[in-house]
Amino acid sequence: MRVLGFLLRKEFLQIFRDRTILGMLFIMPVIQLLVLANAVTFEVTSVRMAVVDMDHSSMSRGVVTSLAASGRFVPVESSQSQALADGAMLDGSVNMIVVIPEGFARKLETMRRAQVQLIFDAEDGAAAGVMRSYASAILAQYSLDVGAQIFPVESMRLSPAAERAPVRGRPVLEVRHRGWYNPALDYREYMVPGILVILVTIVGSLLTAMNIVREKEAGTLDQLNVTPITRTTFIAAKLIPLWSIAMVDLMIGLVVARLVFHVPMLGSLLLIFVAATIYLAGALGIGLWISTVVETQQQAMFLIFSLLMVYLLMGGLFTPLRGMPVWAQWAADLNPIAHFVALMRSVLLKGSGVRDVAGHLLALTVIGACVLGIAVRQYHKSSR
Amino acid sequence: MRESGGGGGRRSALHAFVMKELRHIVRDRQTLTILLLLPLAMVVLFGFALRNDINDVRIAIVDASPDAATIALRNRLSGNPRFSIVAVARTTDVVEPLFRRGAADIAVVFPVGFGESLSRGTSTRLLLIGDASDPNTASMMAAYVNAVIASYAADRGVNRQSVQIVPQFRMRYNPTLESVNLFVPGLIALVLMLVTALMTAISLSREKERGTLEILLVSPLRPWQIIVGKVMPYLLLAFANVITALVAAWLVFHVPFRGSVVLLLGSSVLFAMVGLALGVLIAALTSSQRAAMLGAIVVTMLPNTLLSGLIFPISSLPGWLRPVTYFAPARWFIVIARGIMLKGVGMSYLWKEHVVLVVMLLLLFTAAVKSFKARLA
Amino acid sequence: MSAAIDVHEMTRRFGDFTAVDAITFEVQRGEVFGFLGANGAGKTTAIKMLIGLLAPTSGTASVAGFDVATNAESVRRHIGYMSQRFSLYEDLTVRENITLYGGIYGLTDDEIRERGKALIGGLHLERAAGARVASLPLGWKQKLAFSVALLHRPAVVFLDEPTGGVDPITRRQFWETIYDAAEGGTTILVTTHYLDEAEYCDRISIMVDGRIAAMGTPSEVKGRFGAASLDDVFTELVRPQAVAVAQHA
Repeated sequence: MRVLGFLLRKEFLQIFRDRTILGMLFIMPVIQLLVLANAVTFEVTSVRMAVVDMDHSSMSRGVVTSLAASGRFVPVESSQSQALADGAMLDGSVNMIVVIPEGFARKLETMRRAQVQLIFDAEDGAAAGVMRSYASAILAQYSLDVGAQIFPVESMRLSPAAERAPVRGRPVLEVRHRGWYNPALDYREYMVPGILVILVTIVGSLLTAMNIVREKEAGTLDQLNVTPITRTTFIAAKLIPLWSIAMVDLMIGLVVARLVFHVPMLGSLLLIFVAATIYLAGALGIGLWISTVVETQQQAMFLIFSLLMVYLLMGGLFTPLRGMPVWAQWAADLNPIAHFVALMRSVLLKGSGVRDVAGHLLALTVIGACVLGIAVRQYHKSSR
Repeated sequence: MRESGGGGGRRSALHAFVMKELRHIVRDRQTLTILLLLPLAMVVLFGFALRNDINDVRIAIVDASPDAATIALRNRLSGNPRFSIVAVARTTDVVEPLFRRGAADIAVVFPVGFGESLSRGTSTRLLLIGDASDPNTASMMAAYVNAVIASYAADRGVNRQSVQIVPQFRMRYNPTLESVNLFVPGLIALVLMLVTALMTAISLSREKERGTLEILLVSPLRPWQIIVGKVMPYLLLAFANVITALVAAWLVFHVPFRGSVVLLLGSSVLFAMVGLALGVLIAALTSSQRAAMLGAIVVTMLPNTLLSGLIFPISSLPGWLRPVTYFAPARWFIVIARGIMLKGVGMSYLWKEHVVLVVMLLLLFTAAVKSFKARLA
Repeated sequence: MSAAIDVHEMTRRFGDFTAVDAITFEVQRGEVFGFLGANGAGKTTAIKMLIGLLAPTSGTASVAGFDVATNAESVRRHIGYMSQRFSLYEDLTVRENITLYGGIYGLTDDEIRERGKALIGGLHLERAAGARVASLPLGWKQKLAFSVALLHRPAVVFLDEPTGGVDPITRRQFWETIYDAAEGGTTILVTTHYLDEAEYCDRISIMVDGRIAAMGTPSEVKGRFGAASLDDVFTELVRPQAVAVAQHA
């Protein structure tokens, strides 16, 4: 083990003298956290609305006001012709058009029913769907209010327990929402744990591969192979420094997450670090494996970034796993990133404990052991 | 014998150069296959996997006093293919462990005496508790559940309103709300950027490192000719990628093609050229292959995937980040691609974006040529 | 007394291609043995087998008394190696490289310190001892690599083209160090392209097409071929091969 000590010293010296690697260790995480955490969100907070009001009644204006009052629908244009509004949607200046036909108020008063057209730019289908439900709810509430206005007595008869507020109506069946965890509904709280996973993975996989391949390129690997160092010692000397650096990065990342993004840390940090260690076994293993397959550092980079992209996109980091087709969700069971991200989110945001995330831990252990085992065997084979 | 000077001689030199570059690439069968297949594979894979639609909402029912009404509503929920009931309990104690294990997404809590209140017309309140750690998915799921409850209420004649404003919804350009229509045009942009910028950056910096670039610079070929010759094969490759990706988008994902395909192809070529120019500039500015690759990834891939509206809508970016997106070429191309494919618009609406891309191309190309000239000075 | 290097019918095949074809030779303790041959003749493969990087397909070889196939571990502990591509760590300092290799070969801290000091002094590198190896000129790097290869006092040292790209004066100094080491009992097997260097060796062998085509002291070899210089011997041996290659091109 004394030999290991000498090797470790050399590894750390080399890592800290390589400016590119230092940059990746310290600058990249900062960029990732700052940019990614802020950029990566699906929240559509508001929609630009064009108003085509052909009725000009207080009720038609009321429709627009109630939509605008929610803060989600921002009237930016109004015109008399739908053609103009259509053009605005085509060139992207509005995402939604509300068309109130002539005779709207009259129909409400006489026939108690009137139609309103809401046209959404549904390129972003999911966002449009969410906006549609908001609009439905707003219009439903406004219907009640208008009803209470026009037919006050009757409204009270229909819902006798309603308060006598002259302008507002009260539904009988009311639905209340409450969101647990993430009270601020800040998407960044949800994303930051995932970004920390990316960080740790890059350090674990990419830097390991680059480190070993760099020795291959320089020829020093052959020199080491001629010495009495065992393969196991060599592999340990390569993996231990990067494991420790990844853990330090994780620690720093968590501190930043707490201080800058106010990510809650409800669960046990010890659990997180244990899970990280297990996860890193797999990540380091992949780095080791790739180093046996490629000849240059560029190839290593290319392979790992491609793999990383696939694993990230399929791992539920950016888009929800629940939304993917069934086969993709099964594939995610084999994806260590998916497990680690889910675990981090559970523990940090929901305070999950060991038993809650046991499934993920088990998967990570199995995957990590397999990958590391295959990688070590591959390394033994390729250096003879 | 010297070549006859003037345009004739130089043109044939450039031609010979381009042919040599083409031969290089074709001979490297491995890389060629990867460059042709990988983008296609990415488009197909991610097109299938990247979905924003939630099709499986797991509901936990908390019903302290079941009656005809609660059962009826519960049946509505379980009968809906979008939902699955994962637990039924009498108290809300069950909710937290379910959320913690990630076993349920949303809990529907019925009040005591639900059915009675409805019959009598006294107000009563249903509580939806969502796992809001992912706030976006949570609000989508809540919206779906809400819709079912609302239709139940309507059918029962509850919340009968004295007047009814009936909204008619038109979801334009994407009536079925497919998320694939949102992602696929962006994926094509991503894939183009990958092939053009990354590959040119690596190829050129490799020549720089090996020293063969110096030989070229000393030859009668002018710097701009060298650059054009080097990137021409990659342009052809990128074009091949565009065609395969578009065919995949059409055949596999049925993404609509409402606008002019010719315009789309032309814009793709323009976008590819911007990517190539970017790759050349990166190679010119970096000193090693490794740095070129890193630079290409950081400068092209990251902003163009994350800040371009590919996955995450630009409108949800914080104010200070939005101007940054103007520098991502993919951002402009995605508007063009979506515009042509989904909205069916033409140049009259998209001229602004095209102009931006042309300006970017000229700036990058000039910068690249200048920095190569500097080597000779 | 057993030979320092004892090779018997050692063969290495890669699929259909035989890179090293049943070569047999011995190197005695303290000899400086020149291992010559054209590029592609099988030299590098043979050396790789002797230092334990490749396993022989058939035949036996022992280095420093240990069998390379069954006891590679012990072989590695008793040999030193200097590869063609300079392989000390360029981003570490002279001292750090010495400490590293000393530690790897199991020297105690005291041994490392003493021998390191002697090494640095011997090469007059005192002022550069704390500098990164990358900053040394090529000749010094080669000398340093050789000294580090000797740090753990191995019984046999393998040098693969140690003087490539180095100026003539430095080359001569290098060979002086080689002689010093040989006099101390270290066996040295060196490959080189410089045929004038081959004259410095005690004995040489020339490999052609995986076989040993000539072996003996330089004068013996020259005599057998009736040549005035090793250059002529080389041309004589390698020409038929070159002609064959040209015919198949």
